Amino acid sequence: MGAQAHHHEESFVSKYVFSHDHKMISKQFLVTAIVMGIVAVMLSVFFRLQLGWPGESFAILETFLGKWAPGGVLDRNAYLALVTIHGTIMVFFVLTGGLSGTFSNLLIPLQIGARDMASGFLNMLSYWFFFFSSVIMILSLFTEGGAASGGWTVYPPLSALPQAMPGSGMGMTLWLISMVLFVVSSLLGGLNYVVTIINLRTKGMSMTRLPLTIWAFMVTAILGVLSFPVLVSAVVLLLMDRTMGTAFYLSDIFIGGEALDVTGGSPILYQHLFWFLGHPEVYIVLLPALGISSEVIATNARKPIFGYKAMVGSLLGIGFLSFIVWGHHMFVTGMNPFLGSVFVFTTLLIAIPSAVKAFNYITTLWQGNIRFTPAMLFSIGLVSTFVTGGLTGIILADSALDVNVHDTYFVVAHFHIVMGMSAIFGMLAGIYHWFPKMFGRMMNTKLGFAHFWVTIVCGYGVFFPMHFVGIAGAPRRYYEYSNFDFLGSVMDLQPLISTFAIVGAIGQLFFLFNFFYSIFYGQKSVQNPWMSNTLEWTTPVRHVHGNWDGPLPEVHRWAYDYSNPVHDADFVPQTTPALSGEEVH
Amino acid sequence: MKLLILLVVVLGLVAAVQLSKVYQLSISLRGKREEDISEADNRLNGGLFLAFMVAFYVSFVVLLVKYGSYGTPPASEHGVAVDRLMDFNMAIIFVVFFIVNTLLFWFSAKYYHRADRKARFIAHDNRLELIWTVIPSVVLAIIIAYGLQTWNEMTGEASEDALRVELYSKQFDWTARYPGADGEFGQANYNLITPMNALGIVTEDGVAAALTEIEEKIAKVEEEINYEKGHLLAEWAAIEAELNDDHGHDDHSHDNHGHDDHGHDAHADDHGDGKQALEARMAEIEHMLESDKVNILTEAAFEAKEDKLYRLIRHRQRIQEIRNFDFDGELTAWESGMDDQIVKGEFHLPVGREVEFVFRSRDVIHSAYMPQFRAQMNTVPGVPTRFKMKPTITTDSMRTVLENPEFDYVLLCNKVCGAAHFNMQMKIVIESQEAYDTWLSEQGEFIVKEGSEEPEMEQASAQKESQTITASL
Ligand code: HEM
Ligand SMILES: [Cu+2]
Ligand SMILES: [Cu+2]
Repeated sequence: MGAQAHHHEESFVSKYVFSHDHKMISKQFLVTAIVMGIVAVMLSVFFRLQLGWPGESFAILETFLGKWAPGGVLDRNAYLALVTIHGTIMVFFVLTGGLSGTFSNLLIPLQIGARDMASGFLNMLSYWFFFFSSVIMILSLFTEGGAASGGWTVYPPLSALPQAMPGSGMGMTLWLISMVLFVVSSLLGGLNYVVTIINLRTKGMSMTRLPLTIWAFMVTAILGVLSFPVLVSAVVLLLMDRTMGTAFYLSDIFIGGEALDVTGGSPILYQHLFWFLGHPEVYIVLLPALGISSEVIATNARKPIFGYKAMVGSLLGIGFLSFIVWGHHMFVTGMNPFLGSVFVFTTLLIAIPSAVKAFNYITTLWQGNIRFTPAMLFSIGLVSTFVTGGLTGIILADSALDVNVHDTYFVVAHFHIVMGMSAIFGMLAGIYHWFPKMFGRMMNTKLGFAHFWVTIVCGYGVFFPMHFVGIAGAPRRYYEYSNFDFLGSVMDLQPLISTFAIVGAIGQLFFLFNFFYSIFYGQKSVQNPWMSNTLEWTTPVRHVHGNWDGPLPEVHRWAYDYSNPVHDADFVPQTTPALSGEEVH
Repeated sequence: MKLLILLVVVLGLVAAVQLSKVYQLSISLRGKREEDISEADNRLNGGLFLAFMVAFYVSFVVLLVKYGSYGTPPASEHGVAVDRLMDFNMAIIFVVFFIVNTLLFWFSAKYYHRADRKARFIAHDNRLELIWTVIPSVVLAIIIAYGLQTWNEMTGEASEDALRVELYSKQFDWTARYPGADGEFGQANYNLITPMNALGIVTEDGVAAALTEIEEKIAKVEEEINYEKGHLLAEWAAIEAELNDDHGHDDHSHDNHGHDDHGHDAHADDHGDGKQALEARMAEIEHMLESDKVNILTEAAFEAKEDKLYRLIRHRQRIQEIRNFDFDGELTAWESGMDDQIVKGEFHLPVGREVEFVFRSRDVIHSAYMPQFRAQMNTVPGVPTRFKMKPTITTDSMRTVLENPEFDYVLLCNKVCGAAHFNMQMKIVIESQEAYDTWLSEQGEFIVKEGSEEPEMEQASAQKESQTITASL
């Protein structure tokens, strides 16, 4: 490619719409994800209103949901549809497409010293598949029978039989189509990321000098490439059961006053296929967040990340193990108890690399010189939620205990804290940290502080009490609980939880305002505002095609020489050659 | 009103933008940059972490004190073991939770940024890393061993003399079935479900009725196919062409023998007879075309009908096969079901006796969740599942323990199954063996034998009741 200072005129369309430039595509992913995130949060506030104050009328529900909330009271089917679409959007659109799409795209070429992704065209396609998949998912909310309502896992037969519930009609079909497009997007993106990391590293950027962000993105992409195709199989078989009279998942069913003529299938088969993706998926959501926080914590603690090799090893370990634990979602499906034991064992093994990561983060803070940028606050928050939520995973992995808490609010608490909060915190940390790189301007720090404190207080406020609700025996995906007096006083927590949810949602306005305001009016950024070592901060603030005006940078050291006593400055960019006699990593 | 709200929002936004601009101008004038976090801000955030930690721990303890019991005390034998295991695991994770969060927040507060300090350069320490790999491994090994031991006890085979109860789920209620005096559940088949026979228990009449029903369906579809106008006209035209053709040359070699459906492959048959048959068929078609059964279908719709017919015939085959079922050589399939007892609304179990549940589902996956017994198992259409337990506390004793005379054990549905999922429950009564025996003897049998009154009415009214409950949900 050579020196790339040429600037041909670009039309609006090729620059902003069908751009092949990874930096622009990353911004497209981010803005789409933020819009989807707003929808998903609003949906959760809607159904939290019903859970907090069951049966009460809220004018806002009728305004937004119309016939789904007659008289301001949420309809029972609509409740399930909202929960389902909330979960689907959060997991896939915000935290898979949004998180990986934004930061893998932005950072992989910039941090490994490449001019762009291996294939800019496939990268563009990846975004547009994501975009259309998002549009279809949103449209499904407006179908006659409502959106898919069987939970984000859409287990058949419920999801296979339109007779079973209104949400299993057109809404379900759109859900499945949207998912297929989504997987295409993920695969195009994932293959591109892996190929780019392996082939396009600049001179001196050996694998062991890669920033942990890149390692995390790579493991994530590999997980996605290996597991998403299995989801497609599951989804396609389900589509066939729905439309072509096959019986992959169906057998011996009597519904709607009629015995169906399907036999021989098994609903459990779907669950195996789904969770073969589903469990790696939770790491697809989490690992990029861990990568981002590793980078942010090292930079802002002004210390090398502690135990770089162990961090890489634990990423690989988690990645590998995540493929052999899916059965922990199926302990009560009637699976052979011995098989259950195997999954107990493999699942609990994951706690070891996870513990290593947590302790390494904490040791990185120890004796650091911590600068509390908003990104740093969110990264520290991430470590807390990762530990708090991860620990309850030990309970759920223990099949004997899972029997009693499976599908209760205990699970909801667990995965929101360990996956929801951690990954959202990682994503927000990434946005605050790399905003200057994306938009050439700074976000307002004070608003960032306010945003963080509201978010962590409300986040824990919402999800921590849910453990107690769940352990008392409250099932999830319930429209209301007033029919059970054995739950007793624990239900007093519901209005409290909903209040935190509402305040937390409103608190996100700090962020939204800051984000959109700063794109246009934020303080102009300097080249390396955080005094960071990684390569992206050696590019000009103004975006150029090919990333570097001159030749590609050459790398002489790893990314974590912070406060290295051999050097005067407290950071040593990767492009700095070794001093004479210095031993470099 | 809505306009007013919109106005306020827009004005608020404009005001916020303007305020921010002023703020930014002021910090720019002072030469301050966003990335420079002042020492005061660093100290503040560090302090807030400590404050947050304290608030977090205090609320945790408050929650624990107020809501920390696991709902109701365990009312089954394995439930006690499960709760003990839970206590053990909880103790471990509490310790780790407090240690790790405390270190995290404490270090954050302690090491906030000061211009005159430099961070300590330490990149790794093999000994430390070994420690925090080995200690978790050992702790996890213990957790796994203890957990699996409990799991194996829970999931072992039920004992020979365990009571067997079937729990049957459908949108949106539960039905329990007891095997009756013979100790055997009658065979059930989903094809035999009717309002009177909600579980589809196999009876001779049931199979006959199901066959009649499917025959009717087959006949109807066949008729629709046979009376399709387009196909009739085509057949008629084909026969006419063949007849005309035959006038010309009188040999048998051509193979256009008309519509295959009419078995015209008998080349050897008398030519005159063949002709007569064809003419008869033409007359028949003309007659059919005049009848009001004639219908017009698109080619796609016609194929769909043929497909449906094929499926119905296959389905009929399956129903016929129910008859072939042989049961242990002693009782026939239907005989063993006759004394089964079917109950709705609530079911009873004797205290201190092991019970093995057998779960079936009619339509979608449900999950039988009995929180007080620490028991749960999915019910899966087409795939029977099992769970065994031994209730240890009667409803009455539990009421005393909880000081709540209203208390009842419940069976809930814990797998989303549709609109009324949240209300799909059944009461469980645990009582002494005598009380249980009395209760059971009052439950009618599935097929009341000759001589006694009350035929299947009980059933039917229970069914109706459940329908009204569902409808009024
Ligand atoms: C705005 C903050 C949020 C609130 C108040 C919230 C609340 C809830 C609640 C109450 C449920 C229903 C649980 C049930 O009945 O099963 C739920 C479901 C779910 N949420 Fe969230 N949530 C939030 C954010 C998130 C995030 C960040 C994620 C990302 C992982 C997420 C993922 C899910 C998933 C996967 C489900 C399960 C949906 C299902 O049952 O199919 N949520 N959420
Ligand atoms: Cu999993
Ligand atoms: Cu249910």
